[in-house]
Amino acid sequence: MSEHLPVLLVVIPLMAAPTAALLRWGRAAWGLATGTSWVVLAMALLILRRVQDEGVISYFLGGWAAPIGIEYRIDTVNAWVLMIVAAIGALVMPYARASFEREIQPSKIPLLYAGLLLCLTGLLGIAATGDVFNLFVFLEISSISAYALIAAGPDRRALHAAYKYLIMGSIGATFIVIGIGMMYAMTGTLNMADLAQRLPEVSSRTVSVAFAFLTVGISLKLALFPLHLWLLDAYTFAPSAVTVFLASTATKVAVYMLVRFFFSIFGPGFSLEVMAFHWVLLPLALIAVISASLTAIYQLNVKRLLAYSSVAQIGYMILGVSLASVTGLTAGLLHLFNHALIKGALFMAMGCVMYQVGSVRMEAMRGLGKKMPWTMAAFVLGGLSLIGVPGTVGFISKWYLVLAAVEAGMWVVAALVLVGSLMAVAYVWKVVEAAYFQEYKGEFEVRQAPISLLAPTWVLVAANLYFGVNATLTSGVATRAAEVLLGVGP
Amino acid sequence: MRILGLYNYWIFIFLMMVGFYILISRRNLVKKILGLNIFQTSVFIFYISLGKITGGTAPILVEGESEVVYSNPLPHVLILTAIVVGVSTTAVALSLVVRIKEAYGTIEGAEINAMDNRMPPP
Amino acid sequence: MSPVQTLFGSLSGGTTVTLAVLLPLFGTAFIGLFRARPNLREAATIVTGLLLFGLVLSLWPQIMAGENPRFVLSTPIPGIPLVLEVEPLGYLFSLVASFLWIVTSLYSIGYMRGHHEKNQTRFYLFFAIAISAAMGVAYSGNLFTLFLFYEVLTLCTFPLVTHHQTEKARRAGRVYLGILLSTSVGLQLLGIIWTYSLAGTLDFQVGGILDGHISARMVPVLLALFVFGVGKAAVMPFHRWLPAAMVAPTPVSALLHAVAVVKAGVFTILKVSVFIFGPELISGTGAADFLIWIAAATIILGSLVAFTKDNLKARLAYSTISQLSYIVLGALLANQWGIIGGGMHIVMHAFGKITLFFGAGAIMVAAHKTEISQMKGLGRSMPFTFGAFFVGALSIIGLPPAGGAWSKWFLGLGTLEAGELGLLAVLMVSSLLSLAYLLEIPLKAFFSKPDRPPEQEGIREAPLPSLIAMGITSLGTIGLFVFPEPFYRLMTMVVGG
Repeated sequence: MSEHLPVLLVVIPLMAAPTAALLRWGRAAWGLATGTSWVVLAMALLILRRVQDEGVISYFLGGWAAPIGIEYRIDTVNAWVLMIVAAIGALVMPYARASFEREIQPSKIPLLYAGLLLCLTGLLGIAATGDVFNLFVFLEISSISAYALIAAGPDRRALHAAYKYLIMGSIGATFIVIGIGMMYAMTGTLNMADLAQRLPEVSSRTVSVAFAFLTVGISLKLALFPLHLWLLDAYTFAPSAVTVFLASTATKVAVYMLVRFFFSIFGPGFSLEVMAFHWVLLPLALIAVISASLTAIYQLNVKRLLAYSSVAQIGYMILGVSLASVTGLTAGLLHLFNHALIKGALFMAMGCVMYQVGSVRMEAMRGLGKKMPWTMAAFVLGGLSLIGVPGTVGFISKWYLVLAAVEAGMWVVAALVLVGSLMAVAYVWKVVEAAYFQEYKGEFEVRQAPISLLAPTWVLVAANLYFGVNATLTSGVATRAAEVLLGVGP
Repeated sequence: MRILGLYNYWIFIFLMMVGFYILISRRNLVKKILGLNIFQTSVFIFYISLGKITGGTAPILVEGESEVVYSNPLPHVLILTAIVVGVSTTAVALSLVVRIKEAYGTIEGAEINAMDNRMPPP
Repeated sequence: MSPVQTLFGSLSGGTTVTLAVLLPLFGTAFIGLFRARPNLREAATIVTGLLLFGLVLSLWPQIMAGENPRFVLSTPIPGIPLVLEVEPLGYLFSLVASFLWIVTSLYSIGYMRGHHEKNQTRFYLFFAIAISAAMGVAYSGNLFTLFLFYEVLTLCTFPLVTHHQTEKARRAGRVYLGILLSTSVGLQLLGIIWTYSLAGTLDFQVGGILDGHISARMVPVLLALFVFGVGKAAVMPFHRWLPAAMVAPTPVSALLHAVAVVKAGVFTILKVSVFIFGPELISGTGAADFLIWIAAATIILGSLVAFTKDNLKARLAYSTISQLSYIVLGALLANQWGIIGGGMHIVMHAFGKITLFFGAGAIMVAAHKTEISQMKGLGRSMPFTFGAFFVGALSIIGLPPAGGAWSKWFLGLGTLEAGELGLLAVLMVSSLLSLAYLLEIPLKAFFSKPDRPPEQEGIREAPLPSLIAMGITSLGTIGLFVFPEPFYRLMTMVVGG
């Protein structure tokens, strides 16, 4: 049983998805989805344990050995990503029940659970697989289900947002297939480890073009500036629980794809020295940090504000990756986890507000500090983490990021990272001021959010604080993953 | 002659550009999907061309004959999967367009944008 | 001290240190529990304060024996533990902060009730968190831990500053948080990370950790990152938050913006100067030359601005800005007398300034007056308040028989040791200025004729708890003149290695 864990991780949610769709009763589908997500989390944790104890896990699908068959190959890097995705999934599912019941027609609720499970399958598959074409298939599984999930948002603009995401996402995916095809044309293999060995032998212009196609395609998926426009509407109009899930996982997995392709497949030598990708991505990441943070300050809708903030945070991750040192890559991978915790908590808090107030506009925040104290306290703590106050996970990320910039002698980069943090103060504090310095003026009585929404929110908030003062585990894994990617560690 | 001999790759590039152009220049939502389809189809041609080996035949093992040159079947299999992905993307896209038509009464991107902008910011 | 020892004697040093940081947090549980019963709630605050002070006192023998109790809380980043460690300088700060917390709590009871403030539970809650953070700052074993508690102190005082939740409070809160966070994140954090990348450690070590790891050219830059990055020290041009914070209820201004928060700032600068750079590195490279003059300019400008303020709390705020730079100056002189003087001034200024703020609050509660020009003749109806105010003012000016005389004396010696007669002149001029702007107030109150006879206004003395608090701090100020010895001994331990 335990040797089949890598594939069960993907297959179990894949089987659960159609079952959930067949269930007519929303609560039953919810129970199935929640149970599945918890099983998945348990398996992901087991895998992470095993990878740490025993090293790389290699699993051949159907018993066909690589490079002919599809291999699932799990090292510290993807075990880490699997754990993040599974953990967020396991928190979103319980959260989704109350949130969906308020925002979605009852008849469609089971379908949404099916969608969430499929999306989870896709994201886990991307992280687990060691085959590039398989990766593309899982990418599309997660993307297509994400389009459907976003379209379920209560506002009609959700449809348009989903459509725009679909167009951009499909372009990105097609670019990725073209890149994969070119790699295959040059090497005759689709297995990642095999590609990594053969690509240096054939390095030609085709490989460079493949690299370019993959970079653009993945950048679209991870919403790197200036390819981030789809993300704003998608996060704003999607149902609250869907926003939580996508914001904490989808872009993270795309970042994983980027580092996997750049470092494991093409290798740091080719990516850094021949293609010099960091000189392309570093400025873009910096622009993302500054411009998106600045725009976030002027948003009138808190979900949109957080969406802009996500674009900025993706900038931080890519910045860490493009510093291309162990510290920098550690910062990027650490922020993968930390940002999932931060944004998960913040979007969950906004889901609570949506549940009780029916709006997440800035005016709707007025006086909520008194009316929904637990929700807004969660938002404040999550916001502090976003800013990077010491004692929260956000600080740990910023620490590594600035340290990496200082080590590389890039003082401007270090300063801009800190300026970005200060902009975060501005946009987080806008919400805080509305919640605590203005009176509630609505007509109907606003009460505390139900416990089924608050509990997952506070689990994430607690994780924000816990991993902020005790990051030995997270930064240890991230450092090891960075060493694996750069090929310097054991 | 070598360049002409690679004509199917030229077709791939031409179709890709046509599809991509439609995708970014048209505002009508259905036309955009058509562009996306052409764009994706070009990739199918690219993959299928990859598998072609000069003089190669269908990869069916016949007992006793070991000298036969086969076309590479793997890209064909891959592209079957990609076609499925493309079809499902199109299906989702078209159903979204239907829903958009119901909700907005139009499928012109410009008009939808104008309506979105007229609505109070979210 | 024997009951203290029987109570806490069985605890090991490390446990005591950790408890000292956590105790106020336990206190918050009781404060929250008794939120509907003000008497119990305030009793919880006072009892927590007494226990905390007892804990701090129980460390005295170990400190005197030269031990540094240490406790590792956790390891957030490999190689950088979250660690508490007591050394004499931090001990001095913790003694002052924990003692004055009791006094301020006593004062708050009178003030908050007399003023009919709302949300008093929240007030006491964040007050306790703030003192916990201040203890954390005092007992930080490395720069990382110090930064953590420094930021916690910034954030948990925000609800206190903006206590009234009015438009004015909101704007002041923006200035407060804006300046304190942007300096600490933008400059100080950069300095810390830079230090770490140079030295590979952030531990406070006698003689500093940077010597030999940094080129002489970069020392002034790094030092400037710390001096300006510690916004709580209110070195100009990053001083605006302090006057803005005066919208807070007066006990907040008294404890936090005369003692805990601002002293956490100058304490950080002292710590960085002594244990990160090391006095030799600073004086050897001349790194502080231009920074010293910025501190000197802050001293003079702060005094001058204080002159122009008619609002009593604003005047005290600018006086604080000026006095804080005395300590910064001492830290930057980086010689024996400068550091001793700086450390002593933390204590002396704390007692003097808290007395002045208590006075300002008492006048506000009893007479509803905030402007100095309205206080003519008020001394006749509030003799006790103005008497205490007078004593506090003497200490700030640096005149006997108040404690401030000692710290100014040592700081003066420090400037002479550095051979900077110009700086000595700055100290003198500023003292004269403060003589004028502070003594004006009690003199007006006692000797000017009131605009209206006080009987008509029916003004009486402030509530009793506030008077007791003022009595304690003003007596303390005089006591420090007579017995400065314990603090002097602590400071000699700091400079003596």
